[in-house]
Amino acid sequence: MLKIENLCKTFHKSEPDEKTIFKKLNLNVEKGEFVTIIGGNGAGKSTLMNVISGSMFPDSGKVFVDNKNITNLFEHKRAKFIGRVFQDPLKGTAPTLTIEENLSLAMLRKSKRNLAFGVTKQNCEFFREELSKLNLGLENRLKTKVGLLSGGQRQALTLLMATLVKPKILLLDEHTAALDPKSRDKILELTKQITDDAEIATLMITHNLEIAKNLGTRTIKLEQGEIVFDLEGKNRKNINLLNFE
Amino acid sequence: MNILISTCSQGLIYAILALGLYITFRILNFADMTAEGSLTLGGSVCAVLVINGVNPVLSILIAGLIGSLAGLITGFLHTKLKIQAILSGILTMIALYSINIRIMGKANLSLLGKDTIFKIFGDTHISNFAIGLIICGVLLSVLTLFFKTRLGMAIRATGDNEQMMRAQGANTNFKKILAIMISNSMCAVAGALIAQSNGYADVTMGMGTIVIALASIVIGEAIIRKNSFLLKLIAVVLGSICYRLIIFFVLNLGMNPSDLKLFTAATAVVLLALPNIKKTIKRSVQNVKN
Ligand SMILES: Nc1ncnc2c1ncn2[C@@H]1O[C@H](COP(=O)(O)OP(=O)(O)OP(=O)(O)O)[C@@H](O)[C@H]1O
Ligand SMILES: [Mg+2]
Repeated sequence: MLKIENLCKTFHKSEPDEKTIFKKLNLNVEKGEFVTIIGGNGAGKSTLMNVISGSMFPDSGKVFVDNKNITNLFEHKRAKFIGRVFQDPLKGTAPTLTIEENLSLAMLRKSKRNLAFGVTKQNCEFFREELSKLNLGLENRLKTKVGLLSGGQRQALTLLMATLVKPKILLLDEHTAALDPKSRDKILELTKQITDDAEIATLMITHNLEIAKNLGTRTIKLEQGEIVFDLEGKNRKNINLLNFE
Repeated sequence: MNILISTCSQGLIYAILALGLYITFRILNFADMTAEGSLTLGGSVCAVLVINGVNPVLSILIAGLIGSLAGLITGFLHTKLKIQAILSGILTMIALYSINIRIMGKANLSLLGKDTIFKIFGDTHISNFAIGLIICGVLLSVLTLFFKTRLGMAIRATGDNEQMMRAQGANTNFKKILAIMISNSMCAVAGALIAQSNGYADVTMGMGTIVIALASIVIGEAIIRKNSFLLKLIAVVLGSICYRLIIFFVLNLGMNPSDLKLFTAATAVVLLALPNIKKTIKRSVQNVKN
């Protein structure tokens, strides 16, 4: 599904503060896989996601999705099959638009943004159904401005928006880091529900070892842009012994 | 009475400019300085067309079309060449100064004795007011509908949170350019109407109009504080009319016309700062209580 080949990325090339992040990184993620990514600050985790999502381009190396080379595809074009949730709950939604407008925009991810009405009755019915699954009572607040919601509610909404039109790849960059423990558990529960889909390949960055071990199907650790371990299934139980951090 | 009506008519014409700037300043969060240039551009193009016998209504539409090109250039400078928002607008505005003189062939053109949209409908105080009212009414309806469409919604979201819109698969550069084009086309239409109303186009006619529009927007926001999009736009129109009435009264009270710009800027500053001043006062009152 997702294949990264010989990825190289250096910031501030040939300047005094040159910083090489990736030197020929290779990574393969299959359909239905849920990879949790750990690693210290500055290891290159977010950079990896930026390269996959197209908000940054690599110096060399290739990114494939379903065997199609997307290395030079613009970010908004890739977004048609890549869903994304950011660490900052404010980044994933438009605050002055209502819940139904935000969701409608997410629904349109693959369609033309033309002069048809943005919010339709039919869609709202569907939104109400999907929102009620979040158990946050948002299904009765479709006309509420998103800026009035709490961080946890906004993050739940972002997660829903990222998957409303089913993506091939879901990128979660510390998407629970800014939340209190209760909201965090809620969002993780939702993440589990949503990613149970056998069609989506998920990558999730976290600094919480317990979450990394217990969620998903595979765990990798990045250190200075290199994968220092890559464990699947039961093997992940022993991660603590591999002197984490 | 008549003078009050014509003051309101003027407010309605300037409301088109204010609505245009509302799109860039408030919806897109883009401080677009092109407006002063594109207003003059609209006036110049319209004046040349009318002098050459083109139908005045058609001239206004053509002026709007040409005005959108000014927006296209600013949008291009900002999104493709990555020049800062304010600077992109200033660059286009400055360039337009020369272009406008080229278009007119000199610094100003008189429309004396030429047909204007106002003369077509009788040129009475009431008919002029009605023309302004109808144009604003049509604009308000079209804008309200447009910003409810998929495209309009995407433009609003781009102004709100560009990164999110890109993550949702939208070409945000295109959305921005389009919004800036719409805005500048409205500024040019305002310019064309101002030229026809005043009976001349002048290369300096745009000077200071951004502050006037901004003042109208904040006055409007001070009068109507509602969430509905249509009401927000209506507030801009009312703000523009109020601005004209205020100017009319202060001039009558003996203010020197050359002090008007200072007065306008000061009004805008006060209204822009008001919410913050209120908050600060509230907080210090609470601090004293505690
Ligand atoms: N746009 C950029 N320009 C310059 N340097 C950058 C840029 N983005 C990231 N870096 C640098 O690349 C390195 C890796 O950053 P990255 O954000 O990928 O780390 P991370 O693994 O996500 O860390 P964290 O756990 O703190 O989020 C850091 O040293 C950072 O300073
Ligand atoms: Mg990071």
